[in-house]
Amino acid sequence: MSEKKIPAWEVFIQPKTGASFQHAGNVHATDKEMALQNARELYTRRQEGTCIWVVKTENIVSSSPEDQASFFDPADDKVYRYPAFFKVSKKAKGL
Amino acid sequence: MTEKKEQLFQDKIDAGLKIEPKDWMPDKYRKHLIRQISQHAHSEIIGMQPEGNWITRAPSLRAKMVLIAKVQDEAGHGLYLYSATETLGITRSELIEQLQTGKAKYSSIFNYPTLSWADMGAIGWLVDGAAIVNQQSLRRTSYGPYSRAMIRICKEESFHQRQGYEIMSKMSNGTPEQQEMAQDSLNRWWWPALMMFGPHDSDSAHTSNAMKWKIKRGTNDDLRQLFVDRTVKQADLIGLEIPDPDLKWNPESKHYDFGEIDWEEFWEVVNGNGFCNKERINNHTNAHTEGNWVREAALAYAEKTQNGDLK
Ligand SMILES: [Fe+2]
Ligand SMILES: [Fe+2]
Repeated sequence: MSEKKIPAWEVFIQPKTGASFQHAGNVHATDKEMALQNARELYTRRQEGTCIWVVKTENIVSSSPEDQASFFDPADDKVYRYPAFFKVSKKAKGL
Repeated sequence: MTEKKEQLFQDKIDAGLKIEPKDWMPDKYRKHLIRQISQHAHSEIIGMQPEGNWITRAPSLRAKMVLIAKVQDEAGHGLYLYSATETLGITRSELIEQLQTGKAKYSSIFNYPTLSWADMGAIGWLVDGAAIVNQQSLRRTSYGPYSRAMIRICKEESFHQRQGYEIMSKMSNGTPEQQEMAQDSLNRWWWPALMMFGPHDSDSAHTSNAMKWKIKRGTNDDLRQLFVDRTVKQADLIGLEIPDPDLKWNPESKHYDFGEIDWEEFWEVVNGNGFCNKERINNHTNAHTEGNWVREAALAYAEKTQNGDLK
């Protein structure tokens, strides 16, 4: 058995032109081209996308769930980032 | 410390939140998931063989194209599920080794032989039909990657069941020989399909934790009942008879009552004594070994070209 590992790649699909790419899953492939082809065969057999990104799983950097509270804390107390925070006259239109 | 973590974990599950790969989880939860998801993945992969058996003998080009597409979908399902299992910290090669050495199981239904073209109908209709009942309930499983794989799989499955049912209804409306083939096929696949849901809840070793952790979202017996209720009417509609003298509508429970499953046969096949257990694993092992040089060549090519950058 070939014990050298075939690396995993994360697959992102753009469901239609102009839309954001969404994570679909992963594939195993030895190089970029194979990763793209495998991703096409695996995740777009029913026209699920207009474009595919693949990126080696080892290159993804993720925040850690354990630090979720402190990591996202800076956004916690800034209600002024939402439009509802500001009181304006109902007569003012187009705001 | 662990106790507190376990409590937080259970709170999350009770609140209907998903567990993601990097979240803390009890060891037993992880092990249960690896066993269940990999068994599911192996079933999709081994499940290609009974149908693959008929691709070259499909009765028309249309039937052949449909069957190839269906079998290809099953390969995809296996891969989605291997990916989900890998997020739990086990490698693809370990998973494959567990399958080939018999340490991991797959659904026993695939150890039955496919004897006629009608079996392509019965498999799509009954085997995929039973799988769908199970998979639909698993869309709500607590482990994020497993749940996402199930959602994707369910979208693809409904064509599988419809194409099977179409074959069955064509044959049961066909010549007397075709009708006989369809009925014979239903006779052979009905009981094994009911066995797919596993032992009665009272005899099932893994049910309680799996329900508490919301890995499973329906019990074996409930899901089996759902399948029976759905399928009886479908059989009636195409003039086929379900091979169970005890099958009867129960107006009180509003469900069909049905006969007892032959559990001896069930355990015989689980323990490796089905018609095709050896053949299925041998085929898998041979295909894997014969493909070795391809993987090695692809790795060597990638090294030489620095990951596909030819320039
Ligand atoms: Fe499947
Ligand atoms: Fe299927």
